[in-house]
Amino acid sequence: MAILSCENLRFAYEGVTVLEDVQFSLNQGDYLCVVGENGSGKSTLIRGLLGLKRPDGGSIRYGEGLKQTEIGYLPQQTGIQRDFPASVYEVALSGCLGSLGRRLRFGAAERERALMNLERMGIEELKDRSYQALSGGQQQRVLLARALCATQKLLLLDEPVTGLDPIATGELYNLIKLVNLCDNITVIMVSHDIHEAVRYATHILHLGQRQLFFGTAAAYKESSLARRFLGGNRL
Amino acid sequence: MNALLQMLSYHFMQRALLVGVLVSLCAALLGVPLVLKRYSMIGDGLSHVGFGALAIASALHLAPLAVTVPVVAVAAVLLLRLSRNSRINGDAAIALISSSALAVGIVSVSVTTGMNTEVSSYMFGSILALSRSDALLSALLSAAVLALYLLFYPRIFAVTFDESFSRATGVRAGAYNSLIAVLTAVTVVLGMRMMGALLISSLIIFPALSAMRLCRSFRGVVSCAAALSVGCFLAGVTASYFLETPAGASVVLADLAAFAVCALLGRRRKGR
Repeated sequence: MAILSCENLRFAYEGVTVLEDVQFSLNQGDYLCVVGENGSGKSTLIRGLLGLKRPDGGSIRYGEGLKQTEIGYLPQQTGIQRDFPASVYEVALSGCLGSLGRRLRFGAAERERALMNLERMGIEELKDRSYQALSGGQQQRVLLARALCATQKLLLLDEPVTGLDPIATGELYNLIKLVNLCDNITVIMVSHDIHEAVRYATHILHLGQRQLFFGTAAAYKESSLARRFLGGNRL
Repeated sequence: MNALLQMLSYHFMQRALLVGVLVSLCAALLGVPLVLKRYSMIGDGLSHVGFGALAIASALHLAPLAVTVPVVAVAAVLLLRLSRNSRINGDAAIALISSSALAVGIVSVSVTTGMNTEVSSYMFGSILALSRSDALLSALLSAAVLALYLLFYPRIFAVTFDESFSRATGVRAGAYNSLIAVLTAVTVVLGMRMMGALLISSLIIFPALSAMRLCRSFRGVVSCAAALSVGCFLAGVTASYFLETPAGASVVLADLAAFAVCALLGRRRKGR
C-alpha cells in the first residue's frame, strides 16, 4: 500500500489555478525529488502535502498509518531568523511537539529522542551550543534532526542545500540518503539541483504549473523533458 | 537599613512592590517572544489603547480594570492581525491606532475632569494609583498570565522559532499567537497604572533585549530576562522612594542601565 497518493490534485490562489493534474503515489522507502522552475508550483505542493494549504480539487491520501501531522518538515532557511537565541538541543526537541498530544511538557522519551537524532546527524557534541553560532551546514543538520524527531516515516525537505558550500552540500545529501536507506524513511525533496536529484532519488516529479513527468529517476534521464530542462546536456 | 524597613512598612509600597514584581515578571517573559517575532511595536500600541480605554472608563465612572482589560485584549488580537497582513502596511496601521487611541483618551479626560494630575498619572504612572481591590485583581491576573506562559512554554518556543514547522506538526500557531497577544494585553494594562502608558512598553522590550546580549539559549534568555526585569523594578522603585523621582521613569532608567551593562558584557564576550 502506498504511503502517499495524490489524485487529480489542483491548487489555486484566489481562483487562479497555479498547479493542476498532479497524480502520483509513493511507497515506503521511496526517494522523490520534485523539480521545476521558479513558479512551477513546487512550494504550493509542499504546503498542500503539509496541510498548510487546502487543495482546490482532487485528494491527498496518506497510508501506512501516517498522519499528516507526522511529516518531518525541513523548511527553507529563509523562514528562520539566523540570530534567534536557542540551543541546538532546544531546536531539536521542538520537533517532538507533535507527539506531545494533550500533554504540556516534554517527557524523558522526547528528550531521549532529541538526543538520539542529534547523534544520528553526528552533532551530539554541539547540543549545548547556540544555534545562531553554527555554520550553515551544521544548522541544516540541526533542522534535519528536528524533522526526524517529528517523523518515523516521511521527510519533506524544501531546498535543503540552498546557500551551503559544495562540501556541506555533499555531506547533507549523504546524510539524507543514509536516513532513507537505513531507516527506510520516505523522502520528498524539492530541489533546484537536477544533477544531484537524479543521482540520489529513486523517483522524479517534474512540475510546470501541472505535472510534466512522474516516474523513476532512470526513466526521467531518458526522457526528452530532462534533456530540454538541462539545456541539451545528457545526464 | 531602617529607611528600607520603613519603606516596606507602607501599605501602598507593599501593594506596589507585589504587583510590580509580578507584572515585571510577566512582561519580561512575554517580551522575549514579542521581540523575537518583531512584534515590539504591538506592546507600544497596546499601551496607548490602554490609555484611551482607561480615560473613557474613568469619565463614565466605570471600574478601570474591568473595562480596560477586555478592550485592550481585543485590540491586541486586532493589532496582531494588522501586523501580519501584508496587504496594508502593518507598521503604519499600528501607529495610526495608537495615536488615535491616545487622542480619544486625552479629549475624553479634558472634557470631563480637565487636563489635570489624572492625565499625568495615566501617562507617566503613579505608585499611589493602586487601590486595594486593584492590587488583588492585578496579582491574580498576573499569576494567571505566568501560569499560562509556563504551561505552554514548549509550544510558545516552537511557534516563536519556526511558525511553519510548528503548523506542519499540527500546532495551532494562530491560537498561540493570539494567546501571546492577549497575555501581553493583560500585562500592559496591569503595569500601566504604575509605570504609565508611555513607559510600560519598555518593561516588555528592555529585559528581552538585555538578556539576548548575554544568553544564547532560549531558556537562558527567558530566565535572564525575568531576573533582570524584577531586579531593575526593585532597584528603580527603591531609588524613586529615596530620591523622590517618579517610579515608572526610575524603573525605565534602571532597565536602561542594565541594558548598557549587558551590551558591554556581550561585546566583550564576543570579542574574546
